[in-house]
Amino acid sequence: MTALVVTPVLVPLATAALATLASRRPALQTLVSAAGSVAFLACAVALVALAAADQPAQAAFGGWAAPFGIEFRLDRTGSALVLITALMGAASLLFLASDADPGNRHPMLLPLLHGVLAGVGGAFATADLFNLYVWFEVMLICAIGLFAIGGRVDQLDASFKYLVLNLLGTLLLLIAVGAVYAATGHLNYGALAQAAPALPTGLATVVLAALLLAFLVKAGAFPLYAWLPASYHTLPAPVLALFAGLLTKVGVYAVLRTVGDVFAPAPALLMEALGWVAAATMLLGVLGAAYHWDMRRILAFHIVSQIGYILLAIALGGEAGNAATLFYTVHHIVVKANLFLIAAIVWRLTGSYDLRRIGGLYHTRPLLGVLFLVPALSLVGIPPLSGFWAKLLVLQEALAQGRWVWTAVALAVSVLTLYSMMKIWMEAFWKKHPDEHWAPPRDARLAPAWLATGALAAVTLAIGLAPQPLAAYAQAAARSLGGG
Amino acid sequence: MIWVLAATVWVTVAAGVYLTLSRDAFRIVIGLAVLGAAANLLLFGTGRIGSALPAVVPPGQTLLGEAANPLPQALVLTAIVIGFALACISLVLMLRLIRDAGSDDALALRHAEPPADDPVKPPQPRAGCDPDWPPPEAGR
Repeated sequence: MTALVVTPVLVPLATAALATLASRRPALQTLVSAAGSVAFLACAVALVALAAADQPAQAAFGGWAAPFGIEFRLDRTGSALVLITALMGAASLLFLASDADPGNRHPMLLPLLHGVLAGVGGAFATADLFNLYVWFEVMLICAIGLFAIGGRVDQLDASFKYLVLNLLGTLLLLIAVGAVYAATGHLNYGALAQAAPALPTGLATVVLAALLLAFLVKAGAFPLYAWLPASYHTLPAPVLALFAGLLTKVGVYAVLRTVGDVFAPAPALLMEALGWVAAATMLLGVLGAAYHWDMRRILAFHIVSQIGYILLAIALGGEAGNAATLFYTVHHIVVKANLFLIAAIVWRLTGSYDLRRIGGLYHTRPLLGVLFLVPALSLVGIPPLSGFWAKLLVLQEALAQGRWVWTAVALAVSVLTLYSMMKIWMEAFWKKHPDEHWAPPRDARLAPAWLATGALAAVTLAIGLAPQPLAAYAQAAARSLGGG
Repeated sequence: MIWVLAATVWVTVAAGVYLTLSRDAFRIVIGLAVLGAAANLLLFGTGRIGSALPAVVPPGQTLLGEAANPLPQALVLTAIVIGFALACISLVLMLRLIRDAGSDDALALRHAEPPADDPVKPPQPRAGCDPDWPPPEAGR
């Protein structure tokens, strides 16, 4: 039990260390990385099994009992997200084996990828607020490394913009954690949950607002999301899919922990403000997506928009809201990463990410069209795909609480998301290619790419056609959170 | 004593924000480092400051009494180390970016944006419409 709880950090970190040692021999490095990701997946499945059996893996380090030691605790929420992290890591590494936009193979690419997985795993596993800050920083440094190793000037520019805004976010997080410690004297989630009701409402509002603001910068919420579409599109596709699926979700997980678990019930003013921030994020994200023609930029803005949905679910709160949050997060990680990977396959077949320069893919690769439609329509929320159930859960709770404006905004954003996905469909698949002598290349090595995207699409279909297990799990997870 | 610390944090944050909003890209990095120092000062202030007693619990008691709380100091150490690593990486990144981009003007760092002749591009600063554009020729 104790050994299992450190695996979200230890397995990717060990893989990163071994991959660094093997950096002179790419084949050995790939093997080490693959073994590490399989091991991570196995440990994550074991953790979910433990949590679902109501025996969450937990340990306090150094022999110090909580609340004095740093504790790792993987309840249902954390372990589900660790499982999706492991799945995304495996899918990205599998996709890296193809030649669909893998970028140049830098010796530090795989160690840094596993470093990001270690940071994400640690953030999901920890039960200590300052430790959460440390894992955010681990993620930040490895992400900066992944941006910068490409070496192109646009990647350096993107990494600079990512660094400045995210560093401001982490500094704000550090200040907020200090404020929480000063106000309560605790950093452990369990101890904070007990000490939180004793805080006067005004002080709690200010301290939590600072904490939430820091997490919202990391999550990419309005008005602090500019770093996301400014930087993500310069990454190679497998790294981009990993970032798109994971990094912002750690931010929303932290928001969920803060207002849904540790400090629940949070001041009503904060939840109201979070709901309006979520509505603005949804709307402005999809409007940004509607404007662009580069597939990666469109999808990057859609990340922002879908983060708005998840924040809306958190703002609605209560057991139903938190269950909807977990369901939506799991659905969205899979769908978003899949869309980026499919965009990379389109790039490999047509040579461009720009929708105005490509076309004719439905006639030459009809199965790719079907593969694209699964996550695209799931993103929009068309039944019976996973996005429909996710949006249904969120909007049911919004209507139950009488939030007409938020529901209307969410539905309008769904229509605009449909417009955006149809734009990609019409431009990339349906219309004829502008160059009438174009044909897809014959030498594309895409078998690992088909495998990775097909597996993720199968997960989306599975969640869509049989949502009960995930919904029941999410509801049990929400019951075990403090806000239920 | 706590008010001296508060005033120091105030001045440091002001300096850090001023530098981070600067147009010279290198100063942005310096500003972030200064903001990190301000955050560390704030964390440091959450323990008791101004006390000269050793942080030892007197025999027979369970509370620390009038000595400073050592936990925030441990947090500050962690934050200093993390901030140091980030400052190093951001400095190297900044130098590489300035060298590759050929300019240290933050407004000129638009390489990740769509190219200038793309009909779908964010607005570029334009002469006659934006102050200080184009930048002055020699020196600053």
